[in-house]
Amino acid sequence: MIQMKNVMKQYDNGVIAIKDLSLSVDPGEFVYVIGSSGAGKSTFIKMLYHELTPTKGTITVGKYDFAKMDNKDVPLFRRELGIVFQDFKLLPRLTVYENVAYAMEVIEKDEDEIKPRVLHVLKLVGLEQKLRRFPNELSGGEQQRVSIARAIVNAPDVVIADEPTGNLDPDTSDGIMDILERINADGTTVIMATHNRELVNSRPHRLLEIAGGRLVRDEEGGAYGNEA
Amino acid sequence: MKPSVIKRHIKDSLKSLRRNGWMSVAAVSAVTVTLLLVGIFMALLLNVNHISRQVENDVRVRVYVEKKTSKAQEATLKQALKALPDVTKVTFRSSNQELNSIVGTYGSQWKMFSGDQNPLNDVFLVDTKDPKATVSVAKRAKKLKNVSEASYGGTTAKRLFKTVDAIQRGGLAFTILLLFVAVFLISNTIRITILSRKDEIRVMRLVGATNGYIRWPFLLEGAWTGLFGSLLPIVAVDIAYGLVYRSANLSTAANGFDLYPSMPFLIWLDLAIALIGIVIGALGAVVSMRRFLRI
Repeated sequence: MIQMKNVMKQYDNGVIAIKDLSLSVDPGEFVYVIGSSGAGKSTFIKMLYHELTPTKGTITVGKYDFAKMDNKDVPLFRRELGIVFQDFKLLPRLTVYENVAYAMEVIEKDEDEIKPRVLHVLKLVGLEQKLRRFPNELSGGEQQRVSIARAIVNAPDVVIADEPTGNLDPDTSDGIMDILERINADGTTVIMATHNRELVNSRPHRLLEIAGGRLVRDEEGGAYGNEA
Repeated sequence: MKPSVIKRHIKDSLKSLRRNGWMSVAAVSAVTVTLLLVGIFMALLLNVNHISRQVENDVRVRVYVEKKTSKAQEATLKQALKALPDVTKVTFRSSNQELNSIVGTYGSQWKMFSGDQNPLNDVFLVDTKDPKATVSVAKRAKKLKNVSEASYGGTTAKRLFKTVDAIQRGGLAFTILLLFVAVFLISNTIRITILSRKDEIRVMRLVGATNGYIRWPFLLEGAWTGLFGSLLPIVAVDIAYGLVYRSANLSTAANGFDLYPSMPFLIWLDLAIALIGIVIGALGAVVSMRRFLRI
């Protein structure tokens, strides 16, 4: 599903965030990405959804080879992904329903296809009672569930979650993890960057650790506490 | 684009206009003020042009025929005048007709010159394609056989052409300047509303919206802003023009000139104002958001 080969990323100001990174993720995997602040974790995640492009090396996600992609393909590529952010990134002017429907409208689906699908995913994340609310009327956990609903509404092959529980309390985080694991159980690849030690230890999955711009650990069922 | 998508864009643009609240009001007001100026000035300038064209058309060459020229020679002269470049029409006025118009204007005491006493010449009135051509036509006509004199109003005509030219050129320059100010004002106001939605555009791109898809609602929102902003100027200009027309046309008509009648002039003016508003609004939106669409 995801291949990275000898990826290097140097910013315009000369800082090298990723030095030499190669990895491969199979379809249907659940992968944690951990690493302390400044380790290159954010850069790594941003490169996955083509917010940043590598300075050297190759990245392939699904059928998209970044080297062969031009700017026109970027929106098409992003439609194959679901992205979840720490700060939710909902559209403040749109209601819960509209925020989720937007991701389908963008790819020019018809209204009679959008409505049942949006209601379905909102039910999946337990927000079917709050369709007409605006994001600022919701709690953090609820907003994150809206953003997950938006990420999965087009049935993407990969969900990329960048610190999805970073702003949430432990109980709410557990709820978010339940949803992500359920999505993964349906066959969707999930890549999740996190700082949350308890979650990683209590729900073991494949663990990638990035430090100093390199992949320093790749361990199935790995846990915090036995760092390389 | 699918019809359902177009409908969605239109709906979304109106919704966003409403949810933007005071931002939208500010943008619409900016459009209103500018278009009011544009509308007033357009009505003014178009009428100045209209009247100056009437004045210009009054200018023609008078070719005086030498006394004792036979009818046959006059016919040849008429043909020769017609053959000159830029001449559109040649009208013959006999010395008697000329005298009659003097009598009509200045009084019956001039009648004593009638008959063989008539000191006036027969005259050809020569109309030219372009009022400015009267100068050259008069010069050429003077050299023809049996012509005693050819006049075009001389320095008066020259001065008139200069004035009309200046008004037209100055008016055009001012209108263009005004339109530039309009684009600047409107696109700046729209830029502020778009700046406040920078994050929104970012999110749209992250869920896979193409630049074209993102641009449409903003473009339409700008167009609505322009359209709504043009409503008040249209009503104001219509009412004001009606009033001005009624009072000013009396005095101008007495001098042989008239303003554009309200119908259909105001319909075209209204359409122009609305169109300028829509185009400038849409343009302002597209220009302002261009830099947020780089991937």
